[in-house]
Amino acid sequence: MMELKKPEVTQREDMGTTTETAVLAQGVEVWYGPSRSVHGIDLCLPARRVTAFIGPSGCGKSTLLRCFNRMNDLIPACAVKGSIQVHGMDIHAPGVALEELRREVGMVFQKSNPFSKSIYDNVAYGPRVHGQKDHHQLDEIVETCLKRVALWDEVKDRLKGSALDLSGGQQQRLCIARALAVGPRILLMDEPASALDPRSTGRIEDLITELRDLYTIVIVTHNMQQAARVSDYTAFLYEGNLVEFNETQRLFTKPENEQTNDYITGRFG
Amino acid sequence: MKAASSARDSVPVMVTSLGLVLVLLMLGMVIWLILSRGLAAFWPQRLDRLEMKDGSVLLGEVWERMATPEGGRLRLRVGNRELTGQDILLLDESELRASTRPQDAVLVERNENGVFVGWLDGLSGPGVALSGDGPALRERLDASLDAMEDLDGALRDLQEDARRLALKRGRWEEKLEQGTQGDERAQLEGRVAESGTRLAALESQLDSLRAAADLWHLRMRTADGGTAELPLLQVVRWVPANELGPLGRTGVYLARLWDFLGEEPRESNTAGGVWPAIFGTVLMVLLMSLAAAPLGVMTAVYLHDYARQGVVVRIIRLAVNNLAGVPSIVFGIFGLGFFIYFAGGSLDGTLFANRLPEPTFGTGGILWASLTLALLTLPVVVVATLEGLAAVSPATRMAALALGATRWQMIRQVVLPNAMPGILTGLILAVSRAAGEVAPLMITGVVKLAPSLALDGDFPFLHLERKFMHLGFHIYDLGFQSPNVEAAKPMLFATALLLIVIVLALNLTAILMRNHLRKVYKQAAF
Repeated sequence: MMELKKPEVTQREDMGTTTETAVLAQGVEVWYGPSRSVHGIDLCLPARRVTAFIGPSGCGKSTLLRCFNRMNDLIPACAVKGSIQVHGMDIHAPGVALEELRREVGMVFQKSNPFSKSIYDNVAYGPRVHGQKDHHQLDEIVETCLKRVALWDEVKDRLKGSALDLSGGQQQRLCIARALAVGPRILLMDEPASALDPRSTGRIEDLITELRDLYTIVIVTHNMQQAARVSDYTAFLYEGNLVEFNETQRLFTKPENEQTNDYITGRFG
Repeated sequence: MKAASSARDSVPVMVTSLGLVLVLLMLGMVIWLILSRGLAAFWPQRLDRLEMKDGSVLLGEVWERMATPEGGRLRLRVGNRELTGQDILLLDESELRASTRPQDAVLVERNENGVFVGWLDGLSGPGVALSGDGPALRERLDASLDAMEDLDGALRDLQEDARRLALKRGRWEEKLEQGTQGDERAQLEGRVAESGTRLAALESQLDSLRAAADLWHLRMRTADGGTAELPLLQVVRWVPANELGPLGRTGVYLARLWDFLGEEPRESNTAGGVWPAIFGTVLMVLLMSLAAAPLGVMTAVYLHDYARQGVVVRIIRLAVNNLAGVPSIVFGIFGLGFFIYFAGGSLDGTLFANRLPEPTFGTGGILWASLTLALLTLPVVVVATLEGLAAVSPATRMAALALGATRWQMIRQVVLPNAMPGILTGLILAVSRAAGEVAPLMITGVVKLAPSLALDGDFPFLHLERKFMHLGFHIYDLGFQSPNVEAAKPMLFATALLLIVIVLALNLTAILMRNHLRKVYKQAAF
């Protein structure tokens, strides 16, 4: 059995219990044609915690994130090696339906990308794709998800209005609601606030904090303060390698690795 | 960009602006020509009485005055084809002694033999015998023309009834020939016999109506002093050309315009209307769109979203682009060979074998013409759709896929709606091209005069095998195939104008639809 970098979860007192594993990655490599951008990463992400991936641009953190719902499959020249298990299920096993995997592992992108449909149809899109046709059920899902991202009060009177008329921050929250609507257990966020103003960023961060008890959240961020504010665990990646993975507080106060220390103190990156 | 161009720049500015000026000038000339001639085609002209030096007297519309070294030349439309044999004359002004504009001259439009110009001289019919022009005659003439119109309507209805009955009877007879037996045979024979008597009754009814109509005549006095009896049934309207004020002339103009749009052509297309050609053009464009749009969109979606991008796809794209430049007549010949001879011939052999050797689909028809044009416009649709698909951001596609949508769900629910403006742009271009195309149609089903529309009340209502009329071909026919080119000229310009208006209207509809969709599916602003 390979030795995995698993954070010392027992030290956390606020959560109390030991956590189950949401994502277990072993020896994950990602190749873009002949070049390797992720070099054999072993990682274990605890369920219902917020984990942040930090690191300089091009370190492979977004690429690694996209492995978890197999979005890298869309890039023709991209090949993923190694094993990834999501809640115990090998996502590269032959019988795995991508649609089901993505239902389990939702994703929020860097730039808000609502469909040019109404607010309601945006949130209802996922459930509809998965066969939900009942209007009452859909109404309920839309309301619950919009409430969960604290958007309900702002949009409840114009659910039929275009999603593109919302502000940037609202659009991003809508995208989060849309991702939640299919009922995922894991939510991947690829720099979800990097295109937003500070106030909207604050709201997204509050939202992550509120969602942490319900979902396993993995967030890629450039912003170290953000990682420190919202995450329970932080992984520092550098040049395709996992340099350090630890509790956020530990990683930012007492990094074990020299490179980590250099990065968080702003000496490079 | 404003007045800042330096002296060194003035030559290129002049040269390039000259290009623009030339282009605008030529476009302006074309538009002016078609607009002025097309719009003036139905404007009632004045009638002039010309006394020639050789003693003859002519009455007609002066259509044109041409300057020549020897003086002027006049193009005079004298009508009265059955008397003079030539309804348009060229006259040297030097031959002219005097010209007057008689107030009471009248132009009569007829169903046959073109117009008649002269003076009203009498009206005869059962119980009516008026002679000499006057208010009494004119009043009576109007009333009689109304009656004739009713009678004409009744005649047409009867003819239509007879035609339908004959059609049904033909089907029953066909069944009998196929050897139906037993009760059904007896029933069919009974029907055939009964319809025979009914047809005979209809015929005799028609004959008596025609005989009643033939009793009515309008007597006209011509410029040279003779008289002529015009069967009143042939008279469409009479125009007191020199008495009409602006309002009256506008009325005549509108009535003629209405006839032009709604009536069938007569006198080998030089008079009457172009309704069948309008109908044929629009129906053909619609059928073409129905074929080209789905096929083009399907092709583009496969090329853009499913096919593995590589050399093969690049070659196919290049080929599609180049296909747009193939001369349209080549598509026409392909349509003739593939659609008509091969597909149509096979269809006839399997489905309509009992009608052979008379071809049903094995000859030109609106279906094959539409499909040929669909083929011709397919590259345009494919290229525009590809561009539309490329314009849908990858982020939007990712969003759908990340929610667990399948590729097809993503394409159908997210990508295609967003690409719709692009697809419609392609369709607009395709429609513009198809509506104006003539060459491929000439060998795939367009005719000078189609006996019936492709859409009517007879089962199965849409007759895709029928030949059809088309405005573009109509223009060609009027301009170059007409037995009476001079007389066809006003119709020619009016038809050209109408074709432009129809293409414009089709385009405008598509553009409005596209703009509406653009509003609905605007791309994310962030």
